[in-house]
Amino acid sequence: MSILIIAEHDNHTLSPSVLPTVTAARQLGQDISLLVAGYHCEAVAEASARIEGVSRVLVADAAHYQDGLAEELTPLVIQQVNETVRFVLAPSSTFGKNLMPRVAALLDVAQISDIVRIQSADTFVRPLYAGNVLATVQSHDPIKVMTIRTTAFEPAKLVTTAAEQIPVSATPMIGRSILLDRDRSKSDRPELTTARVVVSGGRGLGSAENFRLLEVLADKLGAAIGASRAAVDAGFISNDHQVGQTGKVVAPELYIAIGISGAIQHLAGMKDSKVIVAINKDPDAPIFEMADYGLVADLFQALPELTKALDTLNS
Amino acid sequence: MKIVVPVKRTVDPNVKVRISQDGHSMDTRSLKMGMNPFCEIAVEEAIRLKEAGKASAVIVVTVGAAACEDILRHGLGMGADRAILIETELSLQPLAIAKLLKVVVDKEQPDLIISGKQSIDEDNNQTGQMLAALLGWPQGTFASKVELEPNRAMITREVDDGLERLALTLPAVVTTDLRLNQPRYLKLPNIMKAKKMPIERLLASESGIDLRSRLIVQQLAEPTKRSGCMKVQSVAELVNALHNVARVIG
Ligand SMILES: Cc1cc2nc3c(=O)[nH]c(=O)nc-3n(C[C@H](O)[C@H](O)[C@H](O)COP(=O)(O)OP(=O)(O)OC[C@H]3O[C@@H](n4cnc5c(N)ncnc54)[C@H](O)[C@@H]3O)c2cc1C
Ligand SMILES: Nc1ncnc2c1ncn2[C@@H]1O[C@H](COP(=O)(O)O)[C@@H](O)[C@H]1O
Repeated sequence: MSILIIAEHDNHTLSPSVLPTVTAARQLGQDISLLVAGYHCEAVAEASARIEGVSRVLVADAAHYQDGLAEELTPLVIQQVNETVRFVLAPSSTFGKNLMPRVAALLDVAQISDIVRIQSADTFVRPLYAGNVLATVQSHDPIKVMTIRTTAFEPAKLVTTAAEQIPVSATPMIGRSILLDRDRSKSDRPELTTARVVVSGGRGLGSAENFRLLEVLADKLGAAIGASRAAVDAGFISNDHQVGQTGKVVAPELYIAIGISGAIQHLAGMKDSKVIVAINKDPDAPIFEMADYGLVADLFQALPELTKALDTLNS
Repeated sequence: MKIVVPVKRTVDPNVKVRISQDGHSMDTRSLKMGMNPFCEIAVEEAIRLKEAGKASAVIVVTVGAAACEDILRHGLGMGADRAILIETELSLQPLAIAKLLKVVVDKEQPDLIISGKQSIDEDNNQTGQMLAALLGWPQGTFASKVELEPNRAMITREVDDGLERLALTLPAVVTTDLRLNQPRYLKLPNIMKAKKMPIERLLASESGIDLRSRLIVQQLAEPTKRSGCMKVQSVAELVNALHNVARVIG
């Protein structure tokens, strides 16, 4: 009985989302293969081999795996599912969500999305209805294809002794979808889903310029920046910052929501944060029901004050 | 060019749902139901492509109980040409739904399928990708822009680290993200017209597809409640609490 994990990466670095996925896999069994499919992805394979609990790294290196396209990766994953493989796992990122249903359909099994707890080898817990309900589901399929909510599992540790790397032959190119370009948003700030502190802004910020106030605060705290859907829709900040049911899920030690009302779709993405702070001028805003600390104030007054107070604290 | 749009009936995103007494299902009786928001975006996109002269016909399809007729009529009211109900009283899962949708796709031979990325009740985010897999078609998931050329679709996708642009050879499956468009409101004359349009019906049980659940819900539970909010009166008090009590800063 073995487990196959599909590694997410950009051909140079392994995504941090793989580490919690390995932790989830270790709760299912001992024999864990990590599939690294990419192009000139030696560095990724090297890093993968040093994750605690990984038994072997399967490396498929070919030009048509370069862009992580589900159409190209699916036949490869299916090829790697031999008689002993009972679980196929990937992080519940846009990469995993794009790929895994395609794999499951061709294996003629269900796909189980966004697992937050592993109860046993066939029973798992996953959120429904924007996290308002936790469902315990039992799978009757011979192969369990699942995506793992990365904030729900600790990242696996890295070790010095490397697991073996095994080259695997590439499947033929499909070529019906082609990546034209990528607009990667670059930032020196920590990555949103793994940051220790997240500062998030909503419609209350009013404009893209005002969102800068948030950036000043984030820099003081070494925080990542999040946003509500309304802030993204209004063009205050790019889509990859959206936190929520249909955006990213975060669970930092500290989440500061500023000018965000607290719609259930937003709460779905942040309510597992350890400490939640809300700053909102409306004392009845639903965000306060989820917060540990609430400050009813005009953010344009509170934000500069907060930034200054942190300066004092740091000095 | 024909476009098929799979649509799902879900609770309204603004209502609060509760778990039934039995602990195995959701109590959705008497709750406001409607078309899943992502499906509405999918229908809107298909209609816009038709209005722009890029598509000739738009077919909305749903798998569900007779009550799902209302969302099909909603789709017709938005401007869809035809509506198909694949009727079943069972609560089906994405794989079975994708297989049933494939039956319609095989018959209708569309060039494009536009589905939602996610149903807001079960949050699966699977059906479009599964349908693409079963058909062997390329997929453009989480789309925030769709442009049609005669033989391909250019898709902008919202991904975790930004945006991605793909060229898909048609036929293809696209799933919608929130920023693709803003669905229109229905005008009264269109609602009236849609009421009179026919709904084509198929029975899921007659498809020969194995509809049994692969996943059994054993229990539904509410997540643990958070401990409650302490209102602070000033920024100074907040910083003090975060530094000295919660110990998350400084
Ligand atoms: C299908 C679907 C999916 C969705 N997915 C998501 C998702 O993933 N993530 C998400 O966030 N939302 C999502 N939404 C949207 C969600 O329902 C809300 O509309 C959105 O979260 C509201 O954003 P907001 O809190 O910034 O704006 P608003 O609700 O408008 O709140 C703005 C807040 O700012 C406060 N404010 C204004 N000015 C000031 C000031 N000067 N000082 C202090 N406070 C001020 C106001 O009191 C108010 O509470 C989704 C909706 C749907 C239908
Ligand atoms: N019962 C259904 N009937 C028709 N289409 C569906 C059904 N369920 C899901 N879909 C389609 O698949 C999308 C994603 O749903 P899901 O995979 O359940 O998150 C929806 O937005 C619909 O476009």
